[in-house]
Amino acid sequence: MKTLVKAKNEAGYESQGLKSYFSHVLCHLQKDLRLEWRSRDSVVGMLFFALLVVIIFSLAFDPTAAVSRQIAGGILWVALLFASFTALNQSWTREQRNRVLDAHRMSPAPASALFLGKALANLLFVVLIEVVLAPLFIVFYNLHALGQGWMLAVVMPLGTWALVCNGTFFAALSLRTRNRELLLPLILVPISLPALLGMMQATTAILTGESDPGIWIRLLVAYNIAFTTVCLLLFETVLSAD
Amino acid sequence: MQPVERQPAKPINAAGAASLSEVSKLYGSFAALRKVTVEFAVGSSTVVLGDNGAGKSTLLRMIAGLISPTRGTVHVFGGEPRAQRRRIAYMSHEAMLYDEMSAMENLRYFARLQGDAEKAARTPEQSLLAVGLDPALTRPVGQYSQGMRQRASLARVLLTDPELLLLDEPFSNLDVNSANHMVELLMEFRGWPVTGASSEQLACGRTIVLTTHQAHLAEPLAETTLTMKTGAILSEVKR
Repeated sequence: MKTLVKAKNEAGYESQGLKSYFSHVLCHLQKDLRLEWRSRDSVVGMLFFALLVVIIFSLAFDPTAAVSRQIAGGILWVALLFASFTALNQSWTREQRNRVLDAHRMSPAPASALFLGKALANLLFVVLIEVVLAPLFIVFYNLHALGQGWMLAVVMPLGTWALVCNGTFFAALSLRTRNRELLLPLILVPISLPALLGMMQATTAILTGESDPGIWIRLLVAYNIAFTTVCLLLFETVLSAD
Repeated sequence: MQPVERQPAKPINAAGAASLSEVSKLYGSFAALRKVTVEFAVGSSTVVLGDNGAGKSTLLRMIAGLISPTRGTVHVFGGEPRAQRRRIAYMSHEAMLYDEMSAMENLRYFARLQGDAEKAARTPEQSLLAVGLDPALTRPVGQYSQGMRQRASLARVLLTDPELLLLDEPFSNLDVNSANHMVELLMEFRGWPVTGASSEQLACGRTIVLTTHQAHLAEPLAETTLTMKTGAILSEVKR
């Protein structure tokens, strides 16, 4: 009986801890959404960049429907990758302005909650861009999926999370460097190569219907689990660095 | 102004509010702090003077746990500074607030990060009123005057109910009246009861360490005056 009570107490304590942790995550997320709503720094920059890439590639290649299906996956993810750099750099610049980051470093709230809140905010920003970009992409590239189109609803969030999770982490890592805008792509692109491969291949497989995207989706899931865990575990060290 | 005289290093009591023992901080070949040994007793109020580059900010940031020493040890309330985060507050000469949000929104955000709002010693509203800011002000901090920003920043640190308050150049960009008001508030803050404190702590009160190069403004808080030069403590004068 005593063991049961103890286990219940421990479970209660843990759920209390988890509740508090997610309340901190939510607090950071709400703050980032509020800041973006008021400044619109990240979303507007990302949107214009992504639109330009999509339009320029469309004009440059003038692809047929069949060719479009082959190259659309690559163009889409490259456009999103480069556009997301804007948001990723911007999200930490805000914390550096007025030395707010020091206030976070002195806060008793867990550092990983700050990371998770910011990564989720960046995810929402990039997803918003994807929602705006999708119809334009279909029009410019004359696209319709020959495979199971609904699977894009799985691939897109998985791929986006892979970009923003690592991106948020490495943007924080390069925060104190002089050329952080340059450093971020130099670190992030090689690290994200397996995920990029997975996103592009899965998207192309769905659009062309020529192969099974399952293996690429599994790769993305494994990549996300591994890198999210590592980022959450190491973020305290990154934040506390002198 | 009392004459400044050189004093020998004293044995360090790790149970003080903060103590540094033989602490050096090197940035490459540049020494921001050189073998600094100093103790800040619980309930004391210390003003650290020195020119730009004397090492005042480095000293404060080290006590706050924001930077670690290259050599030597730093203790805050007998432990590692980072382990005592709930008991320390640090106010920089920059606001440490988001420009896009109002003071009230900033304070509510930091209050939530601090933990259980019901157990908090004071609410964001009370903190803002204490520094003379209107909690109903909806203008974002980015549009505040420098004086208002400093006051909002002070409200942020008071919100956390710190036992050790570290203030880095709090009077920079403030006019004399605003600076005097801030000093009055800090004098009052020293007498605020410490939440959950022992009777011994209650008797001692709160500890303040303040850096400035405007000594005349901080005079009422200068129970102890430390003078720093090129990363070393030149003198320690007690009133």
